[in-house]
Amino acid sequence: MISSELTRARGLATLPRMSRGGRRMVRWALPLAALGIAMLSGCVNVTAPDKPIVIELNVNIRQEVIYRLAADAENTVDKNKDIF
Amino acid sequence: MNRVSKIIAAAALAGTLVSAPAFAQRDPAYEAARAAGQVGEKMDGYLGIVGSANGALQAVVSDVNIKRRALYSQRAQAASPPVTLEEYALTAGCIAIARTAPGEKYQAPDGSWQTRTSAPPLRDSRCPALQQKNAQ
Repeated sequence: MISSELTRARGLATLPRMSRGGRRMVRWALPLAALGIAMLSGCVNVTAPDKPIVIELNVNIRQEVIYRLAADAENTVDKNKDIF
Repeated sequence: MNRVSKIIAAAALAGTLVSAPAFAQRDPAYEAARAAGQVGEKMDGYLGIVGSANGALQAVVSDVNIKRRALYSQRAQAASPPVTLEEYALTAGCIAIARTAPGEKYQAPDGSWQTRTSAPPLRDSRCPALQQKNAQ
């Protein structure tokens, strides 16, 4: 079995300066990512709930109109038996 | 003068009311086509040809539908608030289908032609509830 190992083990290859720089990057990256996600999810949210709402309203309005007209239409059908 | 014109208007109105039932009977050709199942009530409030069309049948159907359309248009505008021609026609279609006699044809919500039996017809879910006076 061959195992390879560094002859002189070192600590993590980061310097205090680098990690500080990294934190600074994270400080910028986090709000940017949040903004990106917010924009993405915003786009999806605008389109998705729109359609079912419109369809439901349409059905409700039609049914309400039909119920309102029912008596009048019945009268019309009864009074025009020549064409019904 | 005003009173005179009112009387004339009232007389004219009464005249139309009285004269209306005078021709309130189906044309024999229309009646025969209905009974034979050659024509049926569509969901949209108009008459449709069930089987194969011919000139005479088409003429009967067109004649009835033109008169129906004029009537729907007039009643739709008279409604308060006014409704569209299609809305009124659909409502009248619900009722016309409910009034079909057993043996006559009507259009089911899936678009297929059905023969009316003594059972309630298959109607659009938006149709108002049936009043129990279907015959005729």
